[in-house]
Amino acid sequence: MTDFIQLVLAGAADGAIYGLLALALVLIYRSTHIVNFGQGEMAMFATYLSWSLLDAGVPFWGAFFAAIVIAFFIGIIIHRVLIHPLEGSPELTIVIVTLGIYLFFNSIALWIYSGVPKVYPIPAGVPRQSWEVGGVFIVPYHVTIFAILFGLMMLLFAFFRFTKVGLAMRAAAAQPLSSTLVGISVPMMMMLGWGIAAAAGATAGMLSAPIVVLEPNFMATILIFSFASAVLGGLDSPVGAVLGGFIVGEVSALGGRYIEFIGNDLQIVLAFALIVLVLLFRPAGLLGRPQVVRV
Amino acid sequence: MTPILEAKGLSAAYGERPVLFGIDFTVPEGGIVAVLGANGAGKTTTLRAITGQLRTWGSLVYAGTPLIGKSTAEIVRLGIAMVPEGRGTFTDFTVEENLLLGAYTRRDKDGIRRDIERMYEYFPVLGRRRDQRAGSMSGGEQQMLAIARALMSRPRLLLLDEPSLGLAPLIVQEIFQILETINREEKVSMLLVEQDAVRALRLAGYAYLLETGRVALHGPAEQLRASEDVRRAYLGY
Repeated sequence: MTDFIQLVLAGAADGAIYGLLALALVLIYRSTHIVNFGQGEMAMFATYLSWSLLDAGVPFWGAFFAAIVIAFFIGIIIHRVLIHPLEGSPELTIVIVTLGIYLFFNSIALWIYSGVPKVYPIPAGVPRQSWEVGGVFIVPYHVTIFAILFGLMMLLFAFFRFTKVGLAMRAAAAQPLSSTLVGISVPMMMMLGWGIAAAAGATAGMLSAPIVVLEPNFMATILIFSFASAVLGGLDSPVGAVLGGFIVGEVSALGGRYIEFIGNDLQIVLAFALIVLVLLFRPAGLLGRPQVVRV
Repeated sequence: MTPILEAKGLSAAYGERPVLFGIDFTVPEGGIVAVLGANGAGKTTTLRAITGQLRTWGSLVYAGTPLIGKSTAEIVRLGIAMVPEGRGTFTDFTVEENLLLGAYTRRDKDGIRRDIERMYEYFPVLGRRRDQRAGSMSGGEQQMLAIARALMSRPRLLLLDEPSLGLAPLIVQEIFQILETINREEKVSMLLVEQDAVRALRLAGYAYLLETGRVALHGPAEQLRASEDVRRAYLGY
């Protein structure tokens, strides 16, 4: 039993990270209606930037928040330079461009930082020793991940629910033409969406780096699990993305342990299986809205 | 009286296909002008041209400011509001959120609050449903919401595209009455595109008749109402 609880806790920690990156995917999908394949690599690059700041002697939380702000502006610049000029192009074109974003950041990270893995510290002030509660070990760093995910979600919820810009961003995503008619600049709102998504992604990257290891491809696997999470939750539902993250985290943790042939190596296949099952039986995802298309 | 909107030789095209061929029209300050015509005559196109949703050329001046080449958002900020055909309310948002979105270009929080309450006086049904999703309301209620939302930007000129479309006659009558009141009390000028020529000519002071992208006939509303040709072609009696 304690073994099971231990696994559930570990799965939830992974799931929180998947959920966070899935949230970034959903924020962009809602406004641009494309999946940004470059999301993971943008997060990876932001994580490297925070590593550089740490290396230069900046305190952990200073580097952490600085990287989030830088990522926000990188997201805005990417939208301005690459995505906005393509407005009105077929979605496939834009998706290909996001693959270009993937390659760009992957290569540039390899060029600047080389492929040699770097050690990324857990945040200052978080104990390294686990707490034992009734035979179950609770990792303080996992608690930190939950706290940051929860805080970020509350922040985003409040922003979208209670601020004027948040309301305008939701409106621009839902009904662009009507939004233009009330004076909202839809491209500006999309740009902000890319910024916020990049910031959320960077947070996911910096939280997962201490668990895995920092190298130019470290977000690629996480991105696949996050795709599974976003598809499972519903590509247009932020809450669904986080819920999907937890489910994917648990399925791979428990599946890897209790389904004999899966083990650690085939966990990613489980993620793919989940994507296929969702697309077959509930294409809109758990909390997504079914698309009604008039023919 | 000085015109709030004046078009001279206004032309517009959807991509390469021209749809308006040099039309002239004037909306006087505080007046209501109707644009009539059959399907495809260019009525909706005229409104889209004014709000910068199409490629346009010619001359189009609003309160001394040329509009040609301006973006839709800029034009809205100048004080023109449009109630599009099919209403264009934010269906997933509540009535109150719709009204807040209508006031997006404004910065005066207290004024916005007051105007929302004023809209609930014009349209009591909206006040009763302020927390309801717009998409769950009836067609007539959504049309009222669309008009109220447009008024929230405090426009000097209101563009209305087929406000009677798909609504029961009693509801249409109610909406037209409210439009008349708003025109009188708020001094909002209106350009009204309508299929229902009888009603439009009763509300408007002046009217233009479009045929395939050109002005076929124009004059004071009562004069058009009396004209044999208009009566036979558009009024159906």
